[in-house]
Amino acid sequence: MTSASDTQKTISFTDAYRIALDESMALDDSVIMLGEDIADEEGGGVFKVTKGLSTKYGRHRVRTTPISEEAIVGAAVGAALAGMRPIAEIMLMNFVTVAMDQIVNHAAKLRFMSGGQTSVPLTIRTRTGAGGGTAGQHSDMLEAWFAHVAGMKVVVPSSPADAIGLLAGCIFDDDPCLFIEDGMTRTLQGPAPPPNHRLPLGKANVLRAGTDVSLISYGRPIQDAKVIADNLAKEGVSVEIVDLRTVSPLDTETVLRSVAKTRRAVIAHEAPRSFGVGAEVAAHIQEHLFSDLKAPVLRVASRDVPVPFTKVLEQEFLYKRSAMEAAIRKTLDANGAGVRLAR
Amino acid sequence: MSASRTLPPKTLFEIYRTALKIQLIDEKVRGLLMSGRMAAVFYSPRGQEILAAAMSANLQPTDYLVTTYRGVHDQVAKGIPLKQLFAEYYGKVTGTCKGKGGPMHITYPKAGIMVTTGVVGAGLPIANGLALASQLKGDGRVTVVTFGDGASNIGAFHESLNMASLWKLPVIFLCQNNGYGECTKYEKATAVANIADRASSYSMRGVTVDGNDAHAMYEATREAVERARNGEGPTLLEAKTFRFMGHYFGDPGAYIPKEEYAAALARDPMPKCRAQVLQSGAATEADLEALAKQINAEIDEALQFALDSVPPDVSEIDVDIFADGAHV
Repeated sequence: MTSASDTQKTISFTDAYRIALDESMALDDSVIMLGEDIADEEGGGVFKVTKGLSTKYGRHRVRTTPISEEAIVGAAVGAALAGMRPIAEIMLMNFVTVAMDQIVNHAAKLRFMSGGQTSVPLTIRTRTGAGGGTAGQHSDMLEAWFAHVAGMKVVVPSSPADAIGLLAGCIFDDDPCLFIEDGMTRTLQGPAPPPNHRLPLGKANVLRAGTDVSLISYGRPIQDAKVIADNLAKEGVSVEIVDLRTVSPLDTETVLRSVAKTRRAVIAHEAPRSFGVGAEVAAHIQEHLFSDLKAPVLRVASRDVPVPFTKVLEQEFLYKRSAMEAAIRKTLDANGAGVRLAR
Repeated sequence: MSASRTLPPKTLFEIYRTALKIQLIDEKVRGLLMSGRMAAVFYSPRGQEILAAAMSANLQPTDYLVTTYRGVHDQVAKGIPLKQLFAEYYGKVTGTCKGKGGPMHITYPKAGIMVTTGVVGAGLPIANGLALASQLKGDGRVTVVTFGDGASNIGAFHESLNMASLWKLPVIFLCQNNGYGECTKYEKATAVANIADRASSYSMRGVTVDGNDAHAMYEATREAVERARNGEGPTLLEAKTFRFMGHYFGDPGAYIPKEEYAAALARDPMPKCRAQVLQSGAATEADLEALAKQINAEIDEALQFALDSVPPDVSEIDVDIFADGAHV
């Protein structure tokens, strides 16, 4: 006899992105896609996320573009101004830098600068992540840059089900969203959600409730967080995992509620440490909960260097699961800590 | 340059009426700035009135316009209401953008004015998107994006022309070649003799026209608009012109040789068009004087409206960041 969970369908991240795109295009004719190689004749995208969609919806809605990132994002901005819900696929996050003027000066600001007369319901999908040996121009996590610009929403999913819900959330949001896909976990499987799953943007998710320390993260390190929480549970330490889901606008309410309870916080992300999302989250925590904290807020992140190519350096660059666990132990061992770990 | 044909007197008069409105607004704004009664960045379109007026004579209110910080001539031609325009210059809540955009970022979708960008060349990719939406919806609109000669040296220009030609978008790239990119003479920054020559690189129709000639400009825009509306694709239309007031308000323009300036002044499109109107019989001297008076009254009324209006409440700073108003 099999239980319901044994028979539940699982999907990969890549499946999830495609499902969200497919469902959104089926729901609304104004959803169109622009990107390099995305139509089926060109292979359905380098990462095959859009495979089958141009055949199903036509090349007029799933448009293979020239290699012209600024023109791709600009055309998506213009189409959005005219009432479409365009999705611009920029193959890799480092290539998004080529379209910065359109994103930072236009997409993000046109609502405000027009006094609310126009809106830019645009989604930019992009992929990135270190660990695959693609080095400094194909691996960067640049989410903090975009979170720093008023008017942009920045979203990073940590499971296939969330990927569907959050991508659909971006597509049907009336503001410009940057949706970041992790290249290293693209084949990772997770439970499939029901059809037309949609999650609200700007809301963090308490992925696992705990009482001793809040581990705040998003994207790939959430996989590490789950393993760490399981391991520490065996030692009697209760870790609460807060998955930000949306980096900006930041759900400070959920973060602060968690840390007010646990009184200890570790923030982990793949992007380099300096001037990162971790610094922003840590600042909010100390501004609001300084006297409640039992330990300094710690950050675990990648190194402040370009992503190197060769394996030994690339691994040295990347944030480490062991460092995340060590940071948690450090907060627990800090002066005045109520929890002492068995050694 | 395309041949100048004779316009029907009524059309010529309409073009002149719009151009005169632009000229008088420009005069008023510069007067206000000069006398310290207005404080704003301003890029005068003096000398480029006719090309904008002739362009708009071929457009519908629903057609889209994307323009630049030197854009008041395009905006007036496209039908921006003067009260909201002046109120925006004064940063008032009654302005087109509630005082959040200012003179360099005028937006007024009700007249099709979708974006005024402060970034050289940035409008072209956006215009493609507006045109793509029209193509997909089949709404019959055309998009005109205007920019200066300097913009043709930025990457976005080239990416956009290629994409527009590839997709046969209903868009018109109107380059207002006024001979100077900021303070640098055309020949010192641009390797081709005519901007329109660049169209051939993208298998696009390229046309160079005397932007100071109402007849030629009307005819050239009519053809480009008609082609775009009929699904025959984009045009790179280069209107040769001159700007008399330098790059920005207060620019002494010392980089413009005196002889060149004098020659340009002799080709000032406004007196020329005025003479054509009178010659056509569409209006008399007295009619034109009455017209100027009427326009000036409208401008004064708009100015008074702006002065009487209040700035936005400070709470507006948190409004229009996101659709739902959510803001950290």
